[in-house]
Amino acid sequence: MKLPFAESFITSKLDDVINWSRKFSLFQYPFVTACCGMEFMAVYGAHYDGARFGSEIPRFSPRQSDVLFVVGTVNHKLAPVLKRVYEQMAEPKWVVAFGACASSGGFYQNYTAVPGIDRIIPVDVYIAGCPPRPEAVLEGIIQLQKKIQERGPRGFDGINPTAEHPVPRLSRE
Amino acid sequence: MADAAHPPEPRGEAKLPALTALLEQKFSGQVLAHHAQHGDETVVIARARMLDVFRFLRDDPACRMEFMIDLTAVDYLPRRPRFELVVHLKSLSLGHRLRVKVPVAEEQAEVDSITPLWVAAEWYERECWEMYGIAFKGHPDLRHLLLYDGFRGHPLRKDYEKGLAQPLVPLRPVRERWNYGERFMPVNPEQEDQAS
Ligand code: SF4
Repeated sequence: MKLPFAESFITSKLDDVINWSRKFSLFQYPFVTACCGMEFMAVYGAHYDGARFGSEIPRFSPRQSDVLFVVGTVNHKLAPVLKRVYEQMAEPKWVVAFGACASSGGFYQNYTAVPGIDRIIPVDVYIAGCPPRPEAVLEGIIQLQKKIQERGPRGFDGINPTAEHPVPRLSRE
Repeated sequence: MADAAHPPEPRGEAKLPALTALLEQKFSGQVLAHHAQHGDETVVIARARMLDVFRFLRDDPACRMEFMIDLTAVDYLPRRPRFELVVHLKSLSLGHRLRVKVPVAEEQAEVDSITPLWVAAEWYERECWEMYGIAFKGHPDLRHLLLYDGFRGHPLRKDYEKGLAQPLVPLRPVRERWNYGERFMPVNPEQEDQAS
């Protein structure tokens, strides 16, 4: 029996399967700098259990991680470190701005705080709150999963092209 | 509340508190002003012989300030002299404490380092130097503590432009983001080269 649309759907289905497996194996790199970290720990503790969304394994090497969680205030002195960690991550990669400080600088508008990490690196999901409740964080993870399922890796949808962040350099020139 | 158990603070020409009196007697002319509130004494001393005063406070058996609690500065912008160095001292053995202030003029923003007396003051002085631009003569290692090489200006001075950031990484333009009236200044490339 001939399946309807048998030939024309193979490629797209394969993408769906790959994206499905991507979205349930989000190894996170916790870039935790400030008070939001407490709420981050709550999310990945047993009570709220981020593991339900396939993202329970923290990787402290950027090379092994898929999603960069920027949790807390980033200041201008730290910005080169954040950028370097991002550049060291292997594609495909995603970034979550966790909390008001990471999303917009929060209430810091001064000589030290970066006004939102999207001024340094591209961001996929912004989670609002100071700090966000664990429910909001889980919602953010679900949004990220939706984005991964629908659009695949970043750069393939024309939004946030990764050309401005090329393959990482091995030394500081 | 002033009642029988808590008599009101003596006012007017009352007897000087112990530490202030001691300093007045030992360094007459160096104590520019003083006051005390709720048993906490404050003295304002002249910059010229400040190191002698601090050494006396540390070593004299009636003072014995072993513990430097805090060192910072205040910028009173229109006032002259513009800055005031504020040092908090405590004696752990005698259980008293003292606040010492030193007026510092903007044109000559340099004071003696008290790091040779209290090692704990080293990082406080580094912070005070980068935030207020007050140099510490005799400090062993006066360089940035919280800021970075290439940062121009002193951010806690009242005339540092509010919100003026000096990013180390060029900032990306962000589409569809309301701009909060940010002001940015590139970090001096020459100084940055020296740092790396
Ligand atoms: S958003 Fe609030 S809780 Fe989170 S790092 Fe900033 S100040 Fe702290």
